[in-house]
Amino acid sequence: MRKKALVLLTALISTPVFAADVVNIYSFRQPFLIKPILDDFTKQTGIKTNVVFAKKGLIERVKREGKHSKADLVLTSNFSALIQLEDLNLTQKIQSDVVSANVPSTFRDSDGQWVALTKRVRNVYSSKERVGALPELTYEDLADPKYKGKLCTRSGKHPYNLGLVASMIAHHGEAEAKQWLEGVKANLARKPQGNDRAQVKAVKEGLCDIALGNSYYFGKMMQDEQQKSWAEAVHINFPNQTNRGSHINVSGVVMTKYAKNPENALKLIEYMTDNKAQNMYASVNMEYPVKNGVELSEMVASWGEFKEDSLSLDEISKYRPAALKLIDEVKFDL
Amino acid sequence: MHVKFSLSRWQLLAWLIGLLLVTPLGFLLFESLQGDSDVFQHLFDTVLWDYTRNTLLLILGVGLLSCVIALPLAWLTAYCDFPGRKQFEWALMLPLAMPTYLIAYVYTDLLDYAGPVQIALREWFGWQSPGDYWFFDIRTLTGAIVMIALVLYPYLFLIFKTALREQSFKLVQASQLMGLSPIQSFLRVSLPLGRGAIVAGITLISMEAMADFATVNYFAVSTLTTAVYDTWLGYYSLTAAAKISGIMLLILFLTIMVERFSRRNQAVYERQSSVNSATLYRLKGGAAWAASLACSVVLVLAFILPVGVLVKYAIVYADEAWNGAFFNYAWQSFKVAIVVSLVTILLSLLVLFYQRIAKHAYPLIPGRLASTGYALPGTVLAIAVLLPLTQLDDALNNWLEPFGLSPGLLLSGTLFAMIFAYVVRFYAIAHGALESSFLRISPSLDMASQSMGKGPLQTLRKVHLPLLKRGILTAGLLVFIECMKELPAALLLRPFNFETLATHVFQYVSDEQLELASISALLIVLVGLIPLYFVNRSMEQNHS
Repeated sequence: MRKKALVLLTALISTPVFAADVVNIYSFRQPFLIKPILDDFTKQTGIKTNVVFAKKGLIERVKREGKHSKADLVLTSNFSALIQLEDLNLTQKIQSDVVSANVPSTFRDSDGQWVALTKRVRNVYSSKERVGALPELTYEDLADPKYKGKLCTRSGKHPYNLGLVASMIAHHGEAEAKQWLEGVKANLARKPQGNDRAQVKAVKEGLCDIALGNSYYFGKMMQDEQQKSWAEAVHINFPNQTNRGSHINVSGVVMTKYAKNPENALKLIEYMTDNKAQNMYASVNMEYPVKNGVELSEMVASWGEFKEDSLSLDEISKYRPAALKLIDEVKFDL
Repeated sequence: MHVKFSLSRWQLLAWLIGLLLVTPLGFLLFESLQGDSDVFQHLFDTVLWDYTRNTLLLILGVGLLSCVIALPLAWLTAYCDFPGRKQFEWALMLPLAMPTYLIAYVYTDLLDYAGPVQIALREWFGWQSPGDYWFFDIRTLTGAIVMIALVLYPYLFLIFKTALREQSFKLVQASQLMGLSPIQSFLRVSLPLGRGAIVAGITLISMEAMADFATVNYFAVSTLTTAVYDTWLGYYSLTAAAKISGIMLLILFLTIMVERFSRRNQAVYERQSSVNSATLYRLKGGAAWAASLACSVVLVLAFILPVGVLVKYAIVYADEAWNGAFFNYAWQSFKVAIVVSLVTILLSLLVLFYQRIAKHAYPLIPGRLASTGYALPGTVLAIAVLLPLTQLDDALNNWLEPFGLSPGLLLSGTLFAMIFAYVVRFYAIAHGALESSFLRISPSLDMASQSMGKGPLQTLRKVHLPLLKRGILTAGLLVFIECMKELPAALLLRPFNFETLATHVFQYVSDEQLELASISALLIVLVGLIPLYFVNRSMEQNHS
């Protein structure tokens, strides 16, 4: 019995074969989102891609693996992760004229340590039936008592909300942001729960009148037969169009410090910032491409032009720790 | 193997196993001493009490509810005869194969304000808004307690039933002769006799409940486990996260102390005597139907309904949900689960045997040390496992460098890491399930074996193993099923191109699109049923 178990164990723990032409990816983004893009990349270049996907702990894994890490790239779903990777000194400079030409400088690290690949907006959805469109709405209005018991959102600690709170601190200072956050909490129709889709569903059902959510969910719900009716019950609003513009978050990529296949990794980054991949992101995942001039998906284009908050991601990320503390202080999630 | 083991060697072996399995935790606790008290202080000042309270309530609630469900049902199926008893005996273990995150998801979908149940109610009664009526909110602490208990009660059901099977049936018969009603016999004979098994079951359930992240997170209930995640991934402070893990371990040790205390001075030895079905309580009329109904209700809620929902999803979304790689994922999951089951059983047998023959002080420590991994949330455990393994890898590479070899991440970057983490996590289950079986073997058997000149190893093989068969099967089954379901550790530790069914399901669940992973989810349940079938068959053979 014991011998058998040992034999089985050794057979199981066989090291994976290394192909010459590969790129290894740690991904915070679900495989089904990036698979079409990676498949096309392999078709174009012959470079095979390997992915480990997890939502939590990948950064720690890269850190612990140190110089032996097999990961060449890390794909993230928000800017905090990009900046954390850079802060922990786990990245290396992405030097490429292609990338510099494709991605506007606002969406690249000034030192080339990370590159954003897609943009998404933190929108406010409003009930068509009970509220109507809110073109003048600002994030600040979410704390207005007139919305008492009418607001839904996911956990305050989710990176998308943390980013928003950090940007509020950046614009208004900590004390005012805290007041605002308390006001928002007082307006909640229910304890923060579920994901962004769940908020739209709640608006449709009459549980709340307005809800925070990212832009691409709206597009994805419209594509889903079962969820279309939820999305059709709401307007998608772009906040702060009358002043600084809507809060933007990004998904992005870094090359790891000890990448074993840096050339292939660079090829993939270049490919991801180029027209074809950018267009796939736009059409498959309903996101905004970072590259100017890439056509939006028809659905995303139908939401119209809007003004983006121009505060840099670097600046916003400075306030992220403070944002997290505020969420705990006002017990936003409890 | 005819080496005569001396006691000191057994001791060494047991301690080595204990220390090996507690190493990740040791590294984590060492991490927690690395300063960085700011974050911890801030949490302490704001939300830590809420988290601790929620954790304690969760453990208490799940433990109590599991007792209420499992103990009467185990007793009914073990000693009473009623319609469907034979089927319920194995069917009531089915919910074990259901991952908690799935059941939570399915029930939320059904019972949410925007779910079909409430929509139907609103249409029926003409209610317009949430203010018009009251309906319980599933995304609460109570909801989480119910979900987790529905999935975990089979632990207690199985361990207590095994104990009842091994309990001397003569006592129950005696109580019958003395005119005790079935209920009195249950309360006054079986419960006190099975106390050891009950406490073992509750301890396992509490540990699993404490480590649960998926369900409480989905229900937006903040516990110490969610706090560990927030702190580590939000505040970027592994040290503060490790400190919170320390609090959780403290709770765990208190639980174990209670267990020890409750079992003090208790020694119940028996010879195995399988229940002769002719001497069961034959329930009649209303009582018989009530017993069938109680079993049915639990079975429907914990298994049939959620599986039904998954089947519905699988049919509606068949085209999108079908994936040619399923069988590969199922095979990967199966492999890992088998290996981990074998390893944990082997290790726990060795440790338990040492516990049995030890004449030195503190024979229980190695087993306790080895069991701590179960109370750690999976992702935290994964990192705790990476701490020593990456350092070992580093040392190995430095050592081999002069020879021109560079093996890379031989331990932390391969399946070894995943299997090691699973063994650390699930050792407690094997240990817990086997310990009560071990305790019921009378020491006089050991003495008899010794007087015939048999050494410890032969005693273990010839005397104990045959008597432990049922316990070993139970332990193996429990560990196997847990491995099939395990998610966080698998997610973070798997090598490239290695998917288990659970990790495949997760990529969709994390996007709240379980529909698209419904076939994989059903496969997790189905593969989990395979060992259940075999264990059940062997138990049946024991009876006949």
